[in-house]
Amino acid sequence: MIRKEMIAMLLAGGQGSRLGVLTSNVAKPAVAFGGKYRIIDFPLSNCINSGVDTVGVLTQYQPLRLNSHIGIGIPWDLDRNHGGVTVLSPYEKSAGSEWYSGTANAIYQNLSYIDSYNPEYVLILSGDHIYKMDYEVMLDFHKENKADVTIAAMPVPMEEASRFGIVITDENKKILEFEEKPEHPRSNLASMGIYIFTWKVLREALIAMKDQSNCDFGKHIIPYCHQGGRPLYAYEYNGYWKDVGTLGSYWEANMELVDLIPEFNLYEEYWKIYTRTDNVEPQYVSADSVIEKSIIGEGTEIYGEVHNSVIGAGVVIGAGTVIRDSIIMRDTHIGKGCTVDKAIIAEECEIGDEVEMGIGEEAPSRLNESVYAFGLVTIGENSCIPSKVKIGKNTAIAGVTATEDYPDGMLAGGEYIIKAGESK
Amino acid sequence: MKALGIILAGGNSNRMQELTSRRAVSAMPVGGSYRCIDFALSNMSNSRIHTVAVLTQYNARSLNEHLSSSKWWDFGRKQGGLYTFTPTVTASNNWWYRGTADAMYQNIDFLKRRHEPYVIISSGDCVYKVDFNELLDYHIEKKADITIVCKDLPAGTDVSRYGVVRMNEESRIVEFEEKPMMASSNTVSTGIYIIRRRQLIEMLERCAEEERYDFVSDILIRYKNLKRIYGYKLKTYWNNIASIDSYYATNMDFLKPEVRKFFFRDEPKIATKVDDLPPAKYNPGSDVRNSLVASGCIVNSKVENSILFKKAFVGKNCVIKNSIILNDVYIGDNTHIENCIVESRNTLRANTYYCGDNGIKVVCEENARYVM
Repeated sequence: MIRKEMIAMLLAGGQGSRLGVLTSNVAKPAVAFGGKYRIIDFPLSNCINSGVDTVGVLTQYQPLRLNSHIGIGIPWDLDRNHGGVTVLSPYEKSAGSEWYSGTANAIYQNLSYIDSYNPEYVLILSGDHIYKMDYEVMLDFHKENKADVTIAAMPVPMEEASRFGIVITDENKKILEFEEKPEHPRSNLASMGIYIFTWKVLREALIAMKDQSNCDFGKHIIPYCHQGGRPLYAYEYNGYWKDVGTLGSYWEANMELVDLIPEFNLYEEYWKIYTRTDNVEPQYVSADSVIEKSIIGEGTEIYGEVHNSVIGAGVVIGAGTVIRDSIIMRDTHIGKGCTVDKAIIAEECEIGDEVEMGIGEEAPSRLNESVYAFGLVTIGENSCIPSKVKIGKNTAIAGVTATEDYPDGMLAGGEYIIKAGESK
Repeated sequence: MKALGIILAGGNSNRMQELTSRRAVSAMPVGGSYRCIDFALSNMSNSRIHTVAVLTQYNARSLNEHLSSSKWWDFGRKQGGLYTFTPTVTASNNWWYRGTADAMYQNIDFLKRRHEPYVIISSGDCVYKVDFNELLDYHIEKKADITIVCKDLPAGTDVSRYGVVRMNEESRIVEFEEKPMMASSNTVSTGIYIIRRRQLIEMLERCAEEERYDFVSDILIRYKNLKRIYGYKLKTYWNNIASIDSYYATNMDFLKPEVRKFFFRDEPKIATKVDDLPPAKYNPGSDVRNSLVASGCIVNSKVENSILFKKAFVGKNCVIKNSIILNDVYIGDNTHIENCIVESRNTLRANTYYCGDNGIKVVCEENARYVM
């Protein structure tokens, strides 16, 4: 059998609870991004563009959307005779069946998958970052330094360093120490959660740590390798990289795409991002529409105004509606005469006529103060919003709502409506 | 479905001027995101026809590139698939395809080896949507030998470039004139036919023996009184794009809500090759009205009543009016384009002016591109 030099393991099982109602029915890597893509498209495209043609995708939380998106990997050219993409979900074993209890535990439970390709190196990726990176260059760095573990790290502003896992290196980028979210950071090189392991070393570490509960790369495997005297190196990366783990950073990363020449440029010929596309039609812009500083997906019909926004495929925006600073995902329909300010509206929502969103003063969310902040209106997928209601800031809505759910026709700032049960 | 498909995509048309000097008519971009052949291919795929042969000859590079993978139309199966047949030199034949019947005759082995009882033949230069299962039911119900899909064109349309038919009350074709100077009706053949496979083989072999090569004049018209040839009237949208005016009009039809609904929203959808382009981007200064914009476009100025195909770049302070901008065109700043079709991969210099004064102007510019 052909031996694979390096295969990738993509961790896509997390819920991403800080994205609130956006991830109540889908895993974070399957959340839409940039008017056309899903977050997982970025690491998958990086893989194929870097020549990594064997990718195991570890799923656990709400995998349906992810499974159907990945399929057999055709959009990324990952449908291969040998290798390609394989979705790896937790499975029952003759003894000791369990869910994936941590990032490293998930890999441990799939030892036999990796062994079947007998790779020299294993690349560990996470499915929740927006970036373009050539993993082959990182592998060259790994080989050059005869490293056992290479951690991709990027310089962050010193004042933000205490939010990250920080690596401290010598002048040759050999890692001397780690600090997890240090109060007084001694370096500004933050780990990006991207690792290359020499498979022999990782395999040994995973087996040694197999009884560790919630076995995690950052907390257990890397410290284990470090203590065992293995050579660990930091691969410094200086391009665009964004963790879209919170509603605020997710919104910001989308908004950056509409800049005249965005820092993260999707329009370069080199390093294409691939995705599964259901819509191929062109978009229609009516005679009375105004569109400015926005990106708009395929098959969308615009009859109103769109400013500074990211609109997905198959969206309909009615006449007289004004959208500003918002993200509208695939197949959502917005009626006539609405005002939408700073909202994130997930897929397949139905918004009535003359709805006002994002009005009034900011108030702390009563549902979850740390999640629903940034002055955003967040609406989960398949939600319905009746006509003529007003919605304040830091609000969350999920499910089919009716006029009665809005006292005096208003959802005040910081309030929420979460309707459980079957969607519309 | 109990039929195989043949798409006749070999033709050129001098009525298309410069546009088809680069590609076959079937490969012409249509409706912002598609190529003309997508309509025939998708109709066949959506009707669950599993085996389709595309017969190409004239300037097929662009078409072959488009057909490089059959997966977009969901062909490429173990049972069936998409075949492209270009003329080849064999021990017994060194001719090009001398006509539509000859094109099929030269591939008669393919017809003989298949097992489907019926053949659906479609030209590749039509924009339409039809369920061939309904057509087959009609064909069987009429006990027809050949069924021709026909379309009533609006009264007063110049039909001199079509095959014009007249049917009796039972829908049997009683008159068929090819490209008449003076037509007796405004019902035209759409170039879509259904015929039993064995019947087709027999007719093609007979034709070849007599050194006749054209399906319309040597089979349909000659056999009209001998065989039961019926017409099936297509009620929905159909247009042939093989002249500059009809190409322009067909594209502009997509600005009409009912046409967009029919092709873009109503199932089944028309499939095409996926290009992995980012969404369209509207920069400050963009002012787009009543237009279609495909993915990968970047717009910086005024666009009105126009169609921007994939990956068009429109610079600052431009005015684009009533025009069709084909794939991958770069338009420099301060350029005015009105009533034009701009050929794909063109680079239009800044500060230029193009206007079709008497009808539609075809713009072909071969300037070097230094940007991006």
